[in-house]
Amino acid sequence: MLSLNNISKRYRNFALTGISFDVHDGDYFILLGESGAGKSMVLETIAGLVTPDSGIIQLDGKDISNEKIQNRRIGLVFQDHAIFPHMTVRENIHFALHDSDQPCSERMALVESISGRLNIFEQLDRRPLTLSGGELQRVALARTLIQKPRILLLDEPLNSLDTRLKSELRVLLRQIHREGQTILHVTHDYEEAISLGTQVAVINNGEIIQKGPPGEVFHSPKSEFVARFVGIRNFFPATLFRKNGFVIANIGNNLYFRVVTNEPETEGFVLIRGEDILLSSGPIESSATNNFEGRVLEIVPSINGMEITLDIGTPLHALITPESIASLHIEEGIRLWVHVKATAIRFIPS
Amino acid sequence: MKRFSYINLVFIFLGGLILLFIIAPLLGMVLKTSPQTLFETARETEVRDSIWLTIWTSMAGTLIFSLAAIPLSYLLARKTFPMKRLVTGIIDLPVVIPHSAAGIALLGFVSRDSTLGQMGSMVGLNFIGHPAGIVIAMAFVSIPYLINTARDGFAGVPERLEKAAFTLGASPSRVFFTISLPLAWRNIVSGLILMFARGMSEFGAVIIIAYHPMITPVLIYERFGAFGLKYARPVSVLFIIISLALFITFRWLGKKRIIN
Repeated sequence: MLSLNNISKRYRNFALTGISFDVHDGDYFILLGESGAGKSMVLETIAGLVTPDSGIIQLDGKDISNEKIQNRRIGLVFQDHAIFPHMTVRENIHFALHDSDQPCSERMALVESISGRLNIFEQLDRRPLTLSGGELQRVALARTLIQKPRILLLDEPLNSLDTRLKSELRVLLRQIHREGQTILHVTHDYEEAISLGTQVAVINNGEIIQKGPPGEVFHSPKSEFVARFVGIRNFFPATLFRKNGFVIANIGNNLYFRVVTNEPETEGFVLIRGEDILLSSGPIESSATNNFEGRVLEIVPSINGMEITLDIGTPLHALITPESIASLHIEEGIRLWVHVKATAIRFIPS
Repeated sequence: MKRFSYINLVFIFLGGLILLFIIAPLLGMVLKTSPQTLFETARETEVRDSIWLTIWTSMAGTLIFSLAAIPLSYLLARKTFPMKRLVTGIIDLPVVIPHSAAGIALLGFVSRDSTLGQMGSMVGLNFIGHPAGIVIAMAFVSIPYLINTARDGFAGVPERLEKAAFTLGASPSRVFFTISLPLAWRNIVSGLILMFARGMSEFGAVIIIAYHPMITPVLIYERFGAFGLKYARPVSVLFIIISLALFITFRWLGKKRIIN
C-alpha cells in the first residue's frame, strides 16, 4: 500500500498542501484535477523527483520520503512519454533492466516478452522518432512495467491520443490492472476516472478536496468545484427548511425548490442534473412540483444533446435533444416553462 | 508573386559587404601565392614542425581540459547555486581580456617560482618555452568556447528524459553518460571543434609563455618581422588551408557520428 501523509511542497507561486491519501494493493486510483492543480507534482513527489517540504510517503509501511529514486520500486510514465530519442525501442525498454543481475539472454527475452504483450514487438528495432503517439505510449508502459514496479504512476496517459487510440489504451490499462498491477493515474478527464478508476481523489489548487469510490464522488460532490468539474452545471448553495410538511431548499434570489430528503434543516447544496429538467412552452399538468418560467439565454450544442441556459432568477442549465429544440421552436430570448421533480433534486449537506 | 522590399535589398547589400570584408583579404592572400611557392614552403622542416606542433598542442589542450570543462558545463546547465552568474562571468573572462595580458597572467602562474611551476620542476617539466606551456596558454584562451557551447547543449536536453532515466533505476552517473552526454553530443562536438580551432589560432598568450618551440602563428609573425610580407604569406596560406581542412573534417566526422 502507498500512503501519502500530509505532504506539502511549495514551488514558486504554487503549493501542494496537506496531501493525504492511500492507494491500496490492487487499486486503480485516479487523481483528478484541472491543469495546474498539482497532479503531476504529486506524482513526481511520490517518484522521488521532487522532495516534499513536509509529510511522509510510505510504501508497504516503510517511509520512502528520503529514499533514492532508483530504490523506490515506483514506475512513472510521463505525460509526453519521455522516450530516449537516441535509443531504439529495444534499448529504451532494456534500459530499465541494465542493473539487474539476470544474464543478458534472459533480459533480452524479457524485453521481447513484454513488447509482445504490449503489441510493439514489430517496433523493437525502430527509433522513437518513427513511432506514432500510441506506439510511444506503449513503449513508455513497457519500459516501466518491465521493472515490475510496486506502484505504476501514469501522468495523463490518454491525453495526446485520438479517440480510437484512447479506447485501445483504456482496454490495455484495464488489462494491466486486472493482472494485479496497482495503478495511480492522474487526469483532468472525469470520464477517464469513471471508466477506469476504483478510487478517485479530486485535487484543486494543490489540495485534495474529495476522495472515495467514483460513484460516491460523482453522485455526491461535496463542493461546487467537484460538481462543475464532473459536468454538473446546476449546483447551488442552499438552506434547507421544512414548511407545512414539505422540505424546501432556498437557493437565494427568492428561488425555492421542493426536495425529498431526510436531512435536518441545515446548509448545503442543491444539485440538479440537466437531463432531469423538463421544458415546455407553457404551464402543463405533470408530477413535477417545481415549476418556473424563464427566458432562454443561450443554446449550446454538447456531446449529449443541446444545452439550454435559462434565466429563472438564476441561470439554470437544461439538456434536451435537437428534436425538442425544433418541436418547441426554442431560440434565444423566448420564454419557456421549467419543470423539475422534487425527487430529481439532490440535497447534499455541507 | 513575392513582394519587392527595399529593406531586404539594403540588408542584402550590407550583408554582401561583410562577406566581402571577410573573403577579400583571404582570397587576395591566396591568389598572390603561387602553388610552387606553397609547395616549397610545405617542404620546409621548420614550417612542417611548427604546423604539427600547433595542431597537437591545441588538440591536447582541448582533450585534457574538456575532461573538466564538460562536467562544469553540465553543472552550469542543470544546477542552481550561489554566485552562478559570477561563475559564468569568470568563464567568459578569457574572451574579453587582451590575450597578451592573459599571457602575462599565465606566465606568473606557470613560472618556476609559482606553485604549479615548482610542481612541474619536480617531474622535470618547465612550462616556459615548452609545449606544455603552449597547451596551457591555448586552453586558457579557448576554453570558454567549449564550456558555453556544451552548456547550451546540456540545457537543451529535456530534463524529463533524465528524470525518466532515474525512475527506471539509473544512477546519476549512468544518467549523465547514457542520456545527458549523448543527447548534448552535437553541441559538445561543436564546442570541442571551436576550442581546438581557437587554440590553433592563438598568438598573444602563447608568444609570452613560449616563443620557442614556435607554433605557426608565432612563426608567421617572426617571418613577417625578419623577412617581410612575401615570406610570411605562404606560411599563412598553408596554415589556413590545413586549419580549414581539419575544421571541415572534424565537423563531418562529428555529424556522421551524431547521425549514426
